[in-house]
Amino acid sequence: MSLVLSLTDIWKSYNGKPVLKDCSYSFGAGIYVLMGPNGSGKSTFLRICTLLENPDEGKINYFSDTHLSLPLLRGELKWGVFSENNIFKKRDIELKRRITLLLPRVGVFNTTVFKNAAYGLKIRGMGHDEIEKKVNTVLEFVGLSHKKNHNAIMLSSGETQRLGIARAMVIEPEALFLDEPTASVDQENTEIIENIILNMKEENGSTVIIATHDTSQAERLVGRVLIMQNGKIIEKTF
Amino acid sequence: MDSITEGIRKAFLLIFSLDTELLGIIFLSLKVSGIALVIATITGLPIGALVGLKRFPLRRVTISLMNTFMGLPPVVVGLFLYLILSRSGPFGFMGLLYTPSAMVIAQSILAFPIVASLSHSAIVNVDPIIKQASMTLGATPFQVTLNMMREARYGIISGVIAAFGRVMAEVGAILVVGGNIAGYTRVMTTTIALETDKGNFELAIALGVILLMISLIINMVLHLIQRKGMVKSGI
Ligand SMILES: Nc1ncnc2c1ncn2[C@@H]1O[C@H](COP(=O)(O)OP(=O)(O)O)[C@@H](O)[C@H]1O
Ligand SMILES: [Mg+2]
Repeated sequence: MSLVLSLTDIWKSYNGKPVLKDCSYSFGAGIYVLMGPNGSGKSTFLRICTLLENPDEGKINYFSDTHLSLPLLRGELKWGVFSENNIFKKRDIELKRRITLLLPRVGVFNTTVFKNAAYGLKIRGMGHDEIEKKVNTVLEFVGLSHKKNHNAIMLSSGETQRLGIARAMVIEPEALFLDEPTASVDQENTEIIENIILNMKEENGSTVIIATHDTSQAERLVGRVLIMQNGKIIEKTF
Repeated sequence: MDSITEGIRKAFLLIFSLDTELLGIIFLSLKVSGIALVIATITGLPIGALVGLKRFPLRRVTISLMNTFMGLPPVVVGLFLYLILSRSGPFGFMGLLYTPSAMVIAQSILAFPIVASLSHSAIVNVDPIIKQASMTLGATPFQVTLNMMREARYGIISGVIAAFGRVMAEVGAILVVGGNIAGYTRVMTTTIALETDKGNFELAIALGVILLMISLIINMVLHLIQRKGMVKSGI
């Protein structure tokens, strides 16, 4: 079983304008497609799930059966994690390192494609040979092997998104959040990216949560469809 | 006029004969400015990064101070150091006045705000998405900072080189605290100033030519790095 994350009664507003209103949901393994119009709060929800931002109120719980060695196996997370001042504690980083978010704008680093993809492993202190192996595999997986020594700044938008996915995947997150990964790419790259996501599910049965406003994407990804509506998540049943 | 052409002729003789006095002066200049630059970078870079990335009280004031101190008049720095290093000053007991160490201190003070301020602006100009992306990948605050610094590397290196250019060309501070003692604290700029004053043009011109070459090289390297930085960030 992969990481299960459950959000309870999350509230979040910006400048007095509520975005998430008493929002609750629990994620298990599988693919989830989070839809909703622009400005409905999808990105905000993802940032809160991945601890980039704190909710004003509410609770997030992470449960996992796989990583029994970690101190946070049935951990409950309190706030004060990723505040503006970056006050965060060691155990928060341990939890944070098990989940990741691909931002809508990838934010590639001004260095080679290889070093971009290797970043998450490098900061976890992994050895050179193992990094080399994993990064090569993941670049192969997203079809960027031939560009591994190119500067990542020079990639096309489709390639940039694929690099973003590779950079996130390589750390083998138990929960992977993707914020509109196909919004800025062409048809061909959309297909490639959707196939990457489908393969990922087959390979390691992880939790993948994708925000999108492409309505047909949910069908292609055969995921559960969630809709962000009035600051709440509603599960759509067919 | 004669003395000038004669001076130029002799200057080139000095350069091409690799005159030991000349080499000693050049070497001391590079050594003093080089050590000062290392000190300024070790202290200025973390402070520039801190001011660029963290929020704390008096942050704005610190930034203004850094910018103001970039233009510190060298001779005033020299005077200030002289007062505290002279025998009657608070640090007089250390016997540093008129030593190369005093010159290193003076130039570190001059280089520090340049390194700090230019590193700061290089770092604040890094796209904030880099910080967020690093955090999503599990970077600790320290690792985020390092990554931001890596993104700002071309700007940071430019700042360091600019600081080197400034201290190499500076005369006021080292003259006051170094005293231009032959074979001990004489560097290129102080020698040029005092030999010219005495009418001994040959050494002054020789050093002037070399100083000019050094600053040309510094500017070329600076230009190359800035261009590389621009290409790399896709501008
Ligand atoms: N950092 C922020 N500061 C102020 N307002 C924000 C911020 N982030 C999001 N918002 C606002 O919250 C609402 C939801 O935004 P967002 O979560 O990006 O929606 P979506 O991803 O569904 O398009 C929008 O009205 C947006 O303007
Ligand atoms: Mg969004």
